[in-house]
Amino acid sequence: MDTELNAIEIRNLTKRFGNFTAVDNISFNVRNGEIFGFLGANGAGKTTAMRILCGLSRPSEGEGTVAGYDIRNEQEKIKRNIGYMSQKFSLYPDLTVGENIRLFGGIYGLNDRQIREKTEEMLSMLDLRQERDKYAGSLPLGWKQKLSFCIALIHDPRIIFLDEPTGGVDPETRRRFWELIYDTAEKGTTIFVTTHYMDEAEYCDRVSVMVDGKIAALDSPENLKTRFSARNMDEVFRIIAGRAEREERP
Amino acid sequence: MAAIEIRNISKSYRDIRAVQDISLKVDEGEIFGLIGPDGAGKTTLFRIMTTLMLADSGSGEICGHDIVRDYYGIRKIIGYMPGKFSLYQDLSVRENLEFFATLFGTTIKDNYDNIKEIYSQIEPFRDRRAGKLSGGMKQKLALCCALVHRPSVLFLDEPTTGVDAVSRKDFWTMLRRIRSSGVTIFVSTPYMDEAALCDRLALIQNGGIIGSGTPEEIVSAYPYRILAVKGPSMYPLLKALRKIDGTVSCFSFGDCHHVAYDPARTCREAILGKAAEEGFADCSAEEISPGIEDCFMQLSGKWILN
Repeated sequence: MDTELNAIEIRNLTKRFGNFTAVDNISFNVRNGEIFGFLGANGAGKTTAMRILCGLSRPSEGEGTVAGYDIRNEQEKIKRNIGYMSQKFSLYPDLTVGENIRLFGGIYGLNDRQIREKTEEMLSMLDLRQERDKYAGSLPLGWKQKLSFCIALIHDPRIIFLDEPTGGVDPETRRRFWELIYDTAEKGTTIFVTTHYMDEAEYCDRVSVMVDGKIAALDSPENLKTRFSARNMDEVFRIIAGRAEREERP
Repeated sequence: MAAIEIRNISKSYRDIRAVQDISLKVDEGEIFGLIGPDGAGKTTLFRIMTTLMLADSGSGEICGHDIVRDYYGIRKIIGYMPGKFSLYQDLSVRENLEFFATLFGTTIKDNYDNIKEIYSQIEPFRDRRAGKLSGGMKQKLALCCALVHRPSVLFLDEPTTGVDAVSRKDFWTMLRRIRSSGVTIFVSTPYMDEAALCDRLALIQNGGIIGSGTPEEIVSAYPYRILAVKGPSMYPLLKALRKIDGTVSCFSFGDCHHVAYDPARTCREAILGKAAEEGFADCSAEEISPGIEDCFMQLSGKWILN
Protein backbone atom coordinates (compact mmCIF):
# COMPACT_ATOMS: atom_id res chain seq x y z
CA MET A 1 0.00 0.00 0.00
CA ASP A 2 1.19 3.48 -0.74
CA THR A 3 -0.08 5.96 1.80
CA GLU A 4 2.19 8.66 0.37
CA LEU A 5 0.21 8.61 -2.85
CA ASN A 6 -3.19 7.66 -1.56
CA ALA A 7 -5.34 9.28 1.11
CA ILE A 8 -7.59 6.21 1.21
CA GLU A 9 -6.69 2.62 0.36
CA ILE A 10 -9.31 -0.07 0.72
CA ARG A 11 -8.81 -3.78 -0.01
CA ASN A 12 -11.58 -6.40 -0.06
CA LEU A 13 -13.76 -4.54 2.39
CA THR A 14 -16.89 -6.39 3.47
CA LYS A 15 -19.51 -5.52 6.06
CA ARG A 16 -22.25 -7.90 7.08
CA PHE A 17 -25.24 -7.35 9.32
CA GLY A 18 -26.49 -10.83 10.22
CA ASN A 19 -26.91 -12.61 6.91
CA PHE A 20 -27.14 -9.36 4.94
CA THR A 21 -23.97 -8.21 3.15
CA ALA A 22 -24.24 -4.43 3.02
CA VAL A 23 -20.76 -3.90 1.56
CA ASP A 24 -19.50 -6.76 -0.57
CA ASN A 25 -15.74 -7.05 -1.08
CA ILE A 26 -14.91 -3.57 -2.38
CA SER A 27 -11.41 -2.31 -3.18
CA PHE A 28 -10.41 1.19 -4.25
CA ASN A 29 -7.92 3.98 -3.70
CA VAL A 30 -8.47 7.70 -3.38
CA ARG A 31 -5.41 9.76 -4.33
CA ASN A 32 -4.15 12.64 -2.29
CA GLY A 33 -5.73 15.91 -3.36
CA GLU A 34 -8.37 14.21 -5.47
CA ILE A 35 -12.08 15.08 -5.57
CA PHE A 36 -13.65 11.63 -5.36
CA GLY A 37 -17.38 11.20 -5.96
CA PHE A 38 -18.96 8.27 -4.15
CA LEU A 39 -22.25 7.53 -5.88
CA GLY A 40 -24.87 4.83 -5.59
CA ALA A 41 -28.60 4.33 -5.37
CA ASN A 42 -30.35 4.43 -1.97
CA GLY A 43 -29.52 1.20 -0.21
CA ALA A 44 -26.45 0.37 -2.33
CA GLY A 45 -24.19 0.41 0.74
CA LYS A 46 -22.69 3.91 0.55
CA THR A 47 -23.49 4.95 4.10
CA THR A 48 -22.17 1.69 5.56
CA ALA A 49 -18.92 2.01 3.60
CA MET A 50 -18.55 5.64 4.55
CA ARG A 51 -19.09 4.89 8.24
CA ILE A 52 -16.18 2.44 8.12
CA LEU A 53 -13.95 4.95 6.32
CA CYS A 54 -14.74 7.53 9.01
CA GLY A 55 -13.83 5.14 11.83
CA LEU A 56 -17.42 4.79 13.07
CA SER A 57 -17.87 1.11 12.24
CA ARG A 58 -15.56 -1.90 11.92
CA PRO A 59 -15.33 -3.96 8.74
CA SER A 60 -16.34 -7.63 8.89
CA GLU A 61 -13.50 -8.43 6.49
CA GLY A 62 -10.86 -6.62 4.51
CA GLU A 63 -8.26 -4.02 5.28
CA GLY A 64 -7.33 -0.50 4.46
CA THR A 65 -6.06 2.86 5.56
CA VAL A 66 -7.61 6.29 5.76
CA ALA A 67 -5.20 9.22 6.13
CA GLY A 68 -2.53 6.59 6.72
CA TYR A 69 -4.30 4.89 9.64
CA ASP A 70 -5.68 1.37 9.78
CA ILE A 71 -9.46 1.12 9.48
CA ARG A 72 -9.44 -1.96 11.75
CA ASN A 73 -7.61 -0.72 14.81
CA GLU A 74 -6.69 2.95 14.50
CA GLN A 75 -10.17 4.40 14.37
CA GLU A 76 -9.55 7.14 16.92
CA LYS A 77 -6.56 8.36 14.88
CA ILE A 78 -8.68 8.32 11.74
CA LYS A 79 -11.31 10.49 13.44
CA ARG A 80 -8.66 13.04 14.40
CA ASN A 81 -7.30 13.24 10.87
CA ILE A 82 -10.46 13.54 8.81
CA GLY A 83 -13.19 16.12 8.54
CA TYR A 84 -16.86 15.20 8.18
CA MET A 85 -19.86 17.20 7.10
CA SER A 86 -23.35 15.75 6.89
CA GLN A 87 -26.31 17.05 4.96
CA LYS A 88 -28.13 17.58 8.21
CA PHE A 89 -26.98 20.81 9.83
CA SER A 90 -24.96 19.61 12.81
CA LEU A 91 -23.52 22.74 14.33
CA TYR A 92 -25.10 24.02 17.53
CA PRO A 93 -27.96 26.29 16.44
CA ASP A 94 -28.13 28.11 19.77
CA LEU A 95 -24.44 28.91 19.87
CA THR A 96 -23.18 31.88 17.86
CA VAL A 97 -21.01 31.49 14.78
CA GLY A 98 -17.92 32.41 16.81
CA GLU A 99 -18.84 30.04 19.66
CA ASN A 100 -19.31 27.13 17.25
CA ILE A 101 -15.88 27.70 15.77
CA ARG A 102 -14.36 27.87 19.27
CA LEU A 103 -16.15 24.73 20.42
CA PHE A 104 -15.06 22.58 17.49
CA GLY A 105 -11.56 24.04 17.57
CA GLY A 106 -11.35 23.02 21.22
CA ILE A 107 -12.71 19.54 20.54
CA TYR A 108 -9.98 18.99 17.94
CA GLY A 109 -7.33 20.18 20.41
CA LEU A 110 -6.42 23.55 18.94
CA ASN A 111 -4.97 26.03 21.43
CA ASP A 112 -6.45 29.49 22.04
CA ARG A 113 -4.09 31.22 19.63
CA GLN A 114 -4.82 28.73 16.84
CA ILE A 115 -8.55 29.06 17.46
CA ARG A 116 -8.30 32.87 17.26
CA GLU A 117 -6.38 32.66 14.00
CA LYS A 118 -8.74 30.07 12.51
CA THR A 119 -11.75 32.15 13.51
CA GLU A 120 -10.40 35.24 11.75
CA GLU A 121 -9.38 33.24 8.70
CA MET A 122 -12.77 31.56 8.39
CA LEU A 123 -14.88 34.64 8.98
CA SER A 124 -13.03 36.63 6.35
CA MET A 125 -12.95 33.77 3.84
CA LEU A 126 -16.72 33.25 4.18
CA ASP A 127 -17.44 36.95 4.49
CA LEU A 128 -19.19 36.21 7.78
CA ARG A 129 -17.60 38.89 9.96
CA GLN A 130 -20.89 40.70 10.49
CA GLU A 131 -22.52 37.45 11.59
CA ARG A 132 -19.95 36.42 14.17
CA ASP A 133 -22.26 37.01 17.12
CA LYS A 134 -25.41 35.70 15.47
CA TYR A 135 -26.85 32.31 16.35
CA ALA A 136 -25.75 29.65 13.85
CA GLY A 137 -29.37 28.47 13.63
CA SER A 138 -30.48 31.84 12.30
CA LEU A 139 -28.15 31.88 9.27
CA PRO A 140 -29.53 31.26 5.77
CA LEU A 141 -29.09 27.66 4.58
CA GLY A 142 -26.25 28.45 2.17
CA TRP A 143 -24.16 30.09 4.90
CA LYS A 144 -24.90 27.30 7.34
CA GLN A 145 -23.44 24.85 4.87
CA LYS A 146 -20.35 26.92 4.14
CA LEU A 147 -19.78 27.38 7.87
CA SER A 148 -20.22 23.63 8.51
CA PHE A 149 -17.74 22.94 5.72
CA CYS A 150 -15.11 25.29 7.12
CA ILE A 151 -15.57 23.99 10.66
CA ALA A 152 -15.10 20.45 9.36
CA LEU A 153 -11.71 21.69 8.10
CA ILE A 154 -10.72 23.48 11.32
CA HIS A 155 -8.05 20.91 12.26
CA ASP A 156 -6.53 20.84 8.74
CA PRO A 157 -7.50 17.23 8.04
CA ARG A 158 -5.95 15.41 5.08
CA ILE A 159 -9.38 14.27 3.92
CA ILE A 160 -12.85 15.70 4.23
CA PHE A 161 -15.96 13.54 3.88
CA LEU A 162 -19.00 15.38 2.56
CA ASP A 163 -22.27 13.46 2.79
CA GLU A 164 -24.75 15.05 0.38
CA PRO A 165 -23.54 18.54 1.22
CA THR A 166 -25.78 20.35 -1.27
CA GLY A 167 -29.17 18.66 -0.73
CA GLY A 168 -32.05 21.13 -0.99
CA VAL A 169 -30.01 24.30 -1.58
CA ASP A 170 -30.73 26.71 -4.41
CA PRO A 171 -28.88 26.28 -7.72
CA GLU A 172 -26.52 29.20 -7.27
CA THR A 173 -25.56 28.34 -3.68
CA ARG A 174 -24.99 24.75 -4.76
CA ARG A 175 -22.46 25.91 -7.36
CA ARG A 176 -20.82 28.38 -5.00
CA PHE A 177 -20.39 25.51 -2.58
CA TRP A 178 -18.59 23.49 -5.25
CA GLU A 179 -16.28 26.42 -5.88
CA LEU A 180 -15.39 26.24 -2.19
CA ILE A 181 -14.70 22.52 -2.69
CA TYR A 182 -12.39 23.31 -5.62
CA ASP A 183 -10.51 25.94 -3.63
CA THR A 184 -10.03 23.44 -0.81
CA ALA A 185 -8.86 20.68 -3.17
CA GLU A 186 -6.37 23.08 -4.76
CA LYS A 187 -4.77 23.51 -1.35
CA GLY A 188 -4.19 19.75 -1.26
CA THR A 189 -7.08 18.47 0.86
CA THR A 190 -8.63 15.25 -0.43
CA ILE A 191 -12.39 15.47 -0.98
CA PHE A 192 -14.67 12.44 -0.63
CA VAL A 193 -18.20 13.45 -1.56
CA THR A 194 -21.63 11.84 -2.06
CA THR A 195 -24.42 13.50 -3.99
CA HIS A 196 -27.74 12.84 -5.70
CA TYR A 197 -27.13 15.65 -8.20
CA MET A 198 -25.58 14.02 -11.24
CA ASP A 199 -24.26 17.30 -12.64
CA GLU A 200 -22.08 17.41 -9.52
CA ALA A 201 -20.65 14.01 -10.40
CA GLU A 202 -19.10 15.76 -13.40
CA TYR A 203 -17.16 18.05 -11.08
CA CYS A 204 -15.26 15.13 -9.53
CA ASP A 205 -11.85 13.91 -10.70
CA ARG A 206 -13.04 10.33 -10.38
CA VAL A 207 -16.34 8.75 -9.50
CA SER A 208 -17.34 5.35 -8.17
CA VAL A 209 -20.84 3.92 -8.46
CA MET A 210 -21.95 1.37 -5.90
CA VAL A 211 -24.59 -1.19 -6.82
CA ASP A 212 -25.79 -3.93 -4.47
CA GLY A 213 -22.85 -3.49 -2.11
CA LYS A 214 -20.20 -3.66 -4.85
CA ILE A 215 -18.35 -0.99 -6.78
CA ALA A 216 -19.84 -1.43 -10.24
CA ALA A 217 -17.75 1.26 -11.91
CA LEU A 218 -14.89 3.57 -11.01
CA ASP A 219 -13.29 6.04 -13.39
CA SER A 220 -13.17 9.68 -14.43
CA PRO A 221 -16.53 11.11 -15.57
CA GLU A 222 -15.05 11.48 -19.07
CA ASN A 223 -14.06 7.82 -19.32
CA LEU A 224 -17.34 6.61 -17.84
CA LYS A 225 -19.32 8.59 -20.38
CA THR A 226 -17.23 7.16 -23.20
CA ARG A 227 -17.46 3.61 -21.93
CA PHE A 228 -21.25 3.69 -21.52
CA SER A 229 -21.83 5.85 -24.63
CA ALA A 230 -23.67 8.34 -22.42
CA ARG A 231 -24.10 12.07 -22.93
CA ASN A 232 -23.82 12.89 -19.25
CA MET A 233 -23.33 11.36 -15.81
CA ASP A 234 -27.06 11.14 -15.25
CA GLU A 235 -27.27 8.60 -18.08
CA VAL A 236 -24.19 6.77 -16.81
CA PHE A 237 -25.74 6.53 -13.35
CA ARG A 238 -29.06 5.28 -14.69
CA ILE A 239 -27.35 2.61 -16.77
CA ILE A 240 -25.17 1.34 -13.92
CA ALA A 241 -27.51 1.79 -10.95
CA GLY A 242 -30.47 0.60 -13.03
CA ARG A 243 -28.95 -2.87 -12.89
CA ALA A 244 -29.45 -3.11 -9.13
CA GLU A 245 -31.18 -6.26 -8.02
CA ARG A 246 -31.54 -5.91 -4.31
CA GLU A 247 -34.22 -3.91 -2.54
CA GLU A 248 -33.16 -1.05 -0.37
CA ARG A 249 -32.93 -1.95 3.31
CA PRO A 250 -34.45 0.14 6.09
CA MET B 1 -63.51 25.26 -12.31
CA ALA B 2 -59.87 25.29 -11.28
CA ALA B 3 -58.66 22.45 -9.07
CA ILE B 4 -56.70 24.92 -6.98
CA GLU B 5 -56.92 28.68 -6.88
CA ILE B 6 -55.24 30.84 -4.27
CA ARG B 7 -55.01 34.60 -4.20
CA ASN B 8 -52.54 36.83 -2.35
CA ILE B 9 -51.68 34.31 0.33
CA SER B 10 -49.24 35.56 2.99
CA LYS B 11 -48.03 33.95 6.20
CA SER B 12 -45.44 35.02 8.75
CA TYR B 13 -43.97 33.27 11.76
CA ARG B 14 -43.20 36.10 14.13
CA ASP B 15 -40.80 38.26 12.11
CA ILE B 16 -40.10 35.67 9.41
CA ARG B 17 -42.19 36.15 6.30
CA ALA B 18 -42.56 32.55 5.12
CA VAL B 19 -44.99 33.16 2.26
CA GLN B 20 -45.57 36.55 0.67
CA ASP B 21 -48.51 37.39 -1.52
CA ILE B 22 -48.68 34.17 -3.51
CA SER B 23 -51.37 33.63 -6.13
CA LEU B 24 -51.65 30.42 -8.15
CA LYS B 25 -54.17 28.64 -10.32
CA VAL B 26 -53.96 24.93 -11.06
CA ASP B 27 -56.23 23.35 -13.68
CA GLU B 28 -57.96 20.03 -13.23
CA GLY B 29 -55.93 17.01 -14.22
CA GLU B 30 -52.54 18.68 -14.46
CA ILE B 31 -49.29 18.07 -12.67
CA PHE B 32 -48.30 21.39 -11.14
CA GLY B 33 -44.80 21.69 -9.71
CA LEU B 34 -43.73 24.07 -6.96
CA ILE B 35 -39.99 24.26 -7.39
CA GLY B 36 -37.52 25.89 -5.04
CA PRO B 37 -34.85 25.31 -2.41
CA ASP B 38 -35.29 24.44 1.27
CA GLY B 39 -36.69 27.34 3.24
CA ALA B 40 -38.42 28.94 0.24
CA GLY B 41 -41.90 28.55 1.80
CA LYS B 42 -43.11 25.42 0.00
CA THR B 43 -44.26 23.49 3.06
CA THR B 44 -46.04 26.52 4.54
CA LEU B 45 -47.99 26.91 1.32
CA PHE B 46 -48.90 23.20 1.37
CA ARG B 47 -50.17 23.47 4.94
CA ILE B 48 -52.34 26.44 4.05
CA MET B 49 -53.80 24.76 0.97
CA THR B 50 -54.46 21.51 2.81
CA THR B 51 -56.29 23.45 5.58
CA LEU B 52 -53.76 22.56 8.28
CA MET B 53 -52.82 26.18 8.85
CA LEU B 54 -54.49 29.55 8.41
CA ALA B 55 -52.95 32.19 6.21
CA ASP B 56 -52.50 35.69 7.67
CA SER B 57 -54.16 37.10 4.57
CA GLY B 58 -55.40 36.01 1.17
CA SER B 59 -58.02 33.55 0.03
CA GLY B 60 -58.38 30.39 -1.98
CA GLU B 61 -60.41 27.39 -3.03
CA ILE B 62 -59.67 23.74 -3.65
CA CYS B 63 -62.17 22.36 -6.18
CA GLY B 64 -64.45 25.26 -5.30
CA HIS B 65 -64.24 24.75 -1.53
CA ASP B 66 -63.02 27.74 0.47
CA ILE B 67 -59.76 26.93 2.27
CA VAL B 68 -60.98 28.54 5.51
CA ARG B 69 -64.76 28.16 5.71
CA ASP B 70 -65.00 24.81 3.98
CA TYR B 71 -61.94 23.06 5.37
CA TYR B 72 -63.95 19.94 6.16
CA GLY B 73 -65.11 19.58 2.57
CA ILE B 74 -61.55 19.96 1.35
CA ARG B 75 -60.13 17.30 3.65
CA LYS B 76 -62.48 14.72 2.14
CA ILE B 77 -61.40 15.34 -1.42
CA ILE B 78 -57.65 15.74 -1.13
CA GLY B 79 -54.79 13.37 -0.50
CA TYR B 80 -51.73 14.76 1.26
CA MET B 81 -48.28 13.27 1.52
CA PRO B 82 -46.15 15.42 3.82
CA GLY B 83 -42.41 15.70 3.34
CA LYS B 84 -41.75 13.93 6.60
CA PHE B 85 -42.88 10.28 6.84
CA SER B 86 -46.09 10.54 8.86
CA LEU B 87 -47.67 7.10 8.87
CA TYR B 88 -47.91 4.95 11.98
CA GLN B 89 -44.55 3.23 12.41
CA ASP B 90 -45.99 0.56 14.70
CA LEU B 91 -48.80 -0.42 12.37
CA SER B 92 -48.13 -2.82 9.51
CA VAL B 93 -48.34 -1.84 5.86
CA ARG B 94 -51.82 -3.32 5.60
CA GLU B 95 -52.99 -1.78 8.89
CA ASN B 96 -51.86 1.70 7.88
CA LEU B 97 -53.72 1.44 4.61
CA GLU B 98 -56.85 0.10 6.31
CA PHE B 99 -56.68 2.87 8.88
CA PHE B 100 -56.58 5.62 6.28
CA ALA B 101 -59.32 3.99 4.20
CA THR B 102 -61.52 3.80 7.31
CA LEU B 103 -60.85 7.42 8.23
CA PHE B 104 -62.24 8.42 4.87
CA GLY B 105 -65.23 6.09 5.22
CA THR B 106 -64.15 3.66 2.56
CA THR B 107 -62.38 0.31 2.21
CA ILE B 108 -59.28 -0.95 0.45
CA LYS B 109 -61.44 -3.33 -1.50
CA ASP B 110 -63.64 -0.59 -2.95
CA ASN B 111 -60.68 1.40 -4.20
CA TYR B 112 -58.23 -1.35 -4.90
CA ASP B 113 -57.95 -0.59 -8.61
CA ASN B 114 -56.94 2.98 -7.73
CA ILE B 115 -53.88 1.90 -5.76
CA LYS B 116 -53.28 -1.55 -7.25
CA GLU B 117 -50.29 -0.61 -9.35
CA ILE B 118 -48.34 0.94 -6.49
CA TYR B 119 -49.67 -1.28 -3.73
CA SER B 120 -48.75 -4.48 -5.57
CA GLN B 121 -45.10 -3.46 -5.22
CA ILE B 122 -45.32 -3.38 -1.42
CA GLU B 123 -47.93 -6.07 -0.93
CA PRO B 124 -45.26 -8.76 -0.34
CA PHE B 125 -44.40 -6.78 2.82
CA ARG B 126 -48.00 -6.23 3.92
CA ASP B 127 -47.39 -7.55 7.44
CA ARG B 128 -44.18 -5.60 8.01
CA ARG B 129 -44.35 -2.60 10.33
CA ALA B 130 -44.18 0.68 8.46
CA GLY B 131 -41.22 1.79 10.59
CA LYS B 132 -39.22 -1.18 9.29
CA LEU B 133 -39.65 -0.39 5.61
CA SER B 134 -36.92 1.02 3.37
CA GLY B 135 -37.19 4.64 2.23
CA GLY B 136 -38.53 3.68 -1.18
CA MET B 137 -41.19 1.39 0.27
CA LYS B 138 -42.26 3.93 2.87
CA GLN B 139 -42.78 6.40 0.08
CA LYS B 140 -44.95 3.96 -1.88
CA LEU B 141 -47.02 3.17 1.20
CA ALA B 142 -47.51 6.86 1.95
CA LEU B 143 -48.63 7.40 -1.61
CA CYS B 144 -51.13 4.52 -1.36
CA CYS B 145 -52.51 5.96 1.90
CA ALA B 146 -52.93 9.35 0.22
CA LEU B 147 -54.74 7.78 -2.75
CA VAL B 148 -56.93 5.15 -1.07
CA HIS B 149 -60.01 7.42 -0.87
CA ARG B 150 -59.82 8.49 -4.54
CA PRO B 151 -58.94 12.14 -3.94
CA SER B 152 -59.55 14.79 -6.59
CA VAL B 153 -56.33 16.60 -5.74
CA LEU B 154 -53.13 15.00 -4.54
CA PHE B 155 -50.66 17.16 -2.60
CA LEU B 156 -47.11 15.81 -2.49
CA ASP B 157 -44.57 17.78 -0.48
CA GLU B 158 -41.04 16.93 -1.65
CA PRO B 159 -41.68 13.27 -2.39
CA THR B 160 -38.28 12.83 -4.07
CA THR B 161 -35.96 14.61 -1.64
CA GLY B 162 -32.99 12.40 -0.77
CA VAL B 163 -34.07 9.85 -3.37
CA ASP B 164 -31.49 8.66 -5.93
CA ALA B 165 -31.71 9.57 -9.61
CA VAL B 166 -33.07 6.18 -10.72
CA SER B 167 -35.83 6.03 -8.10
CA ARG B 168 -36.76 9.64 -8.76
CA LYS B 169 -37.42 8.78 -12.38
CA ASP B 170 -39.57 5.80 -11.38
CA PHE B 171 -41.55 8.02 -9.02
CA TRP B 172 -42.34 10.50 -11.77
CA THR B 173 -43.47 7.68 -14.05
CA MET B 174 -45.86 6.70 -11.27
CA LEU B 175 -47.13 10.32 -10.99
CA ARG B 176 -47.90 10.48 -14.70
CA ARG B 177 -49.97 7.31 -14.42
CA ILE B 178 -51.88 8.74 -11.47
CA ARG B 179 -52.57 11.88 -13.45
CA SER B 180 -53.95 9.87 -16.34
CA SER B 181 -56.68 8.65 -13.98
CA GLY B 182 -57.84 12.27 -13.69
CA VAL B 183 -56.25 13.28 -10.38
CA THR B 184 -54.77 16.77 -10.15
CA ILE B 185 -51.29 16.66 -8.66
CA PHE B 186 -49.63 19.51 -6.80
CA VAL B 187 -46.03 18.51 -6.11
CA SER B 188 -43.02 20.34 -4.69
CA THR B 189 -39.36 19.58 -5.28
CA PRO B 190 -35.95 21.15 -4.82
CA TYR B 191 -34.67 19.33 -7.95
CA MET B 192 -34.80 21.64 -10.95
CA ASP B 193 -34.46 18.75 -13.41
CA GLU B 194 -37.94 17.57 -12.39
CA ALA B 195 -39.45 20.80 -13.73
CA ALA B 196 -39.57 19.45 -17.28
CA LEU B 197 -41.87 16.65 -16.07
CA CYS B 198 -44.56 19.08 -14.85
CA ASP B 199 -47.37 20.41 -17.03
CA ARG B 200 -47.02 23.79 -15.39
CA LEU B 201 -44.89 25.04 -12.55
CA ALA B 202 -44.07 27.91 -10.26
CA LEU B 203 -40.57 28.78 -9.10
CA ILE B 204 -40.45 29.85 -5.46
CA GLN B 205 -37.69 31.62 -3.55
CA ASN B 206 -37.77 33.46 -0.21
CA GLY B 207 -41.53 33.09 0.12
CA GLY B 208 -42.39 34.55 -3.27
CA ILE B 209 -43.14 33.21 -6.74
CA ILE B 210 -40.38 34.36 -9.09
CA GLY B 211 -41.74 32.76 -12.25
CA SER B 212 -44.56 30.49 -13.42
CA GLY B 213 -46.01 28.88 -16.51
CA THR B 214 -45.33 25.82 -18.63
CA PRO B 215 -41.67 24.78 -18.75
CA GLU B 216 -41.57 26.12 -22.34
CA GLU B 217 -43.02 29.49 -21.33
CA ILE B 218 -40.51 29.94 -18.54
CA VAL B 219 -37.61 29.05 -20.80
CA SER B 220 -38.77 31.32 -23.62
CA ALA B 221 -38.97 34.31 -21.25
CA TYR B 222 -35.24 34.00 -20.50
CA PRO B 223 -33.72 37.36 -21.43
CA TYR B 224 -30.15 36.39 -22.32
CA ARG B 225 -28.29 33.90 -24.49
CA ILE B 226 -26.27 31.02 -23.16
CA LEU B 227 -22.99 29.56 -24.32
CA ALA B 228 -21.97 26.13 -23.06
CA VAL B 229 -18.18 26.39 -22.78
CA LYS B 230 -15.75 23.52 -22.26
CA GLY B 231 -12.01 23.68 -21.86
CA PRO B 232 -9.06 21.79 -20.44
CA SER B 233 -8.87 23.36 -16.96
CA MET B 234 -12.42 24.08 -15.99
CA TYR B 235 -12.14 25.89 -12.67
CA PRO B 236 -9.60 28.51 -13.78
CA LEU B 237 -11.64 28.87 -16.96
CA LEU B 238 -14.75 29.60 -14.86
CA LYS B 239 -13.00 32.45 -13.09
CA ALA B 240 -11.68 33.86 -16.37
CA LEU B 241 -15.06 33.72 -18.11
CA ARG B 242 -16.69 35.68 -15.30
CA LYS B 243 -14.39 38.62 -15.94
CA ILE B 244 -15.28 38.96 -19.61
CA ASP B 245 -17.18 42.10 -20.48
CA GLY B 246 -20.76 41.48 -21.62
CA THR B 247 -21.15 38.18 -19.78
CA VAL B 248 -23.97 38.39 -17.28
CA SER B 249 -23.17 35.30 -15.26
CA CYS B 250 -21.15 32.13 -15.44
CA PHE B 251 -21.68 28.90 -13.49
CA SER B 252 -20.78 25.23 -13.82
CA PHE B 253 -23.43 22.97 -15.31
CA GLY B 254 -22.10 19.43 -15.30
CA ASP B 255 -19.29 19.06 -17.81
CA CYS B 256 -19.52 22.63 -19.16
CA HIS B 257 -19.91 26.20 -17.94
CA HIS B 258 -23.02 28.15 -18.83
CA VAL B 259 -22.05 31.67 -19.80
CA ALA B 260 -25.09 33.94 -19.94
CA TYR B 261 -24.42 36.97 -22.11
CA ASP B 262 -26.24 39.97 -23.44
CA PRO B 263 -26.28 39.70 -27.27
CA ALA B 264 -26.41 43.49 -27.50
CA ARG B 265 -23.03 43.72 -25.80
CA THR B 266 -21.03 40.71 -26.95
CA CYS B 267 -21.11 37.49 -28.97
CA ARG B 268 -19.73 33.96 -29.07
CA GLU B 269 -16.61 34.94 -31.04
CA ALA B 270 -15.82 37.86 -28.75
CA ILE B 271 -16.15 35.70 -25.65
CA LEU B 272 -13.95 32.95 -27.12
CA GLY B 273 -11.42 35.59 -28.23
CA LYS B 274 -11.24 37.06 -24.73
CA ALA B 275 -10.89 33.60 -23.23
CA ALA B 276 -8.00 32.88 -25.62
CA GLU B 277 -6.31 36.13 -24.56
CA GLU B 278 -6.54 34.90 -20.98
CA GLY B 279 -4.76 31.69 -21.96
CA PHE B 280 -7.76 29.48 -22.68
CA ALA B 281 -7.34 28.92 -26.39
CA ASP B 282 -8.60 25.35 -26.55
CA CYS B 283 -12.18 26.07 -25.56
CA SER B 284 -15.26 24.87 -27.32
CA ALA B 285 -18.46 26.91 -27.09
CA GLU B 286 -21.93 25.99 -28.19
CA GLU B 287 -25.07 28.15 -28.21
CA ILE B 288 -27.71 26.33 -26.15
CA SER B 289 -31.24 26.93 -24.93
CA PRO B 290 -31.55 27.68 -21.22
CA GLY B 291 -32.87 25.06 -18.85
CA ILE B 292 -35.18 25.68 -15.89
CA GLU B 293 -32.16 25.87 -13.63
CA ASP B 294 -30.68 28.70 -15.73
CA CYS B 295 -34.04 30.47 -15.52
CA PHE B 296 -34.30 29.97 -11.77
CA MET B 297 -30.86 31.46 -11.25
CA GLN B 298 -31.65 34.45 -13.42
CA LEU B 299 -35.08 35.02 -11.84
CA SER B 300 -33.79 34.64 -8.29
CA GLY B 301 -31.78 37.80 -8.93
CA LYS B 302 -28.79 36.72 -6.89
CA TRP B 303 -26.41 36.84 -9.82
CA ILE B 304 -23.11 38.53 -9.97
CA LEU B 305 -23.80 41.07 -12.65
CA ASN B 306 -20.74 42.22 -14.52
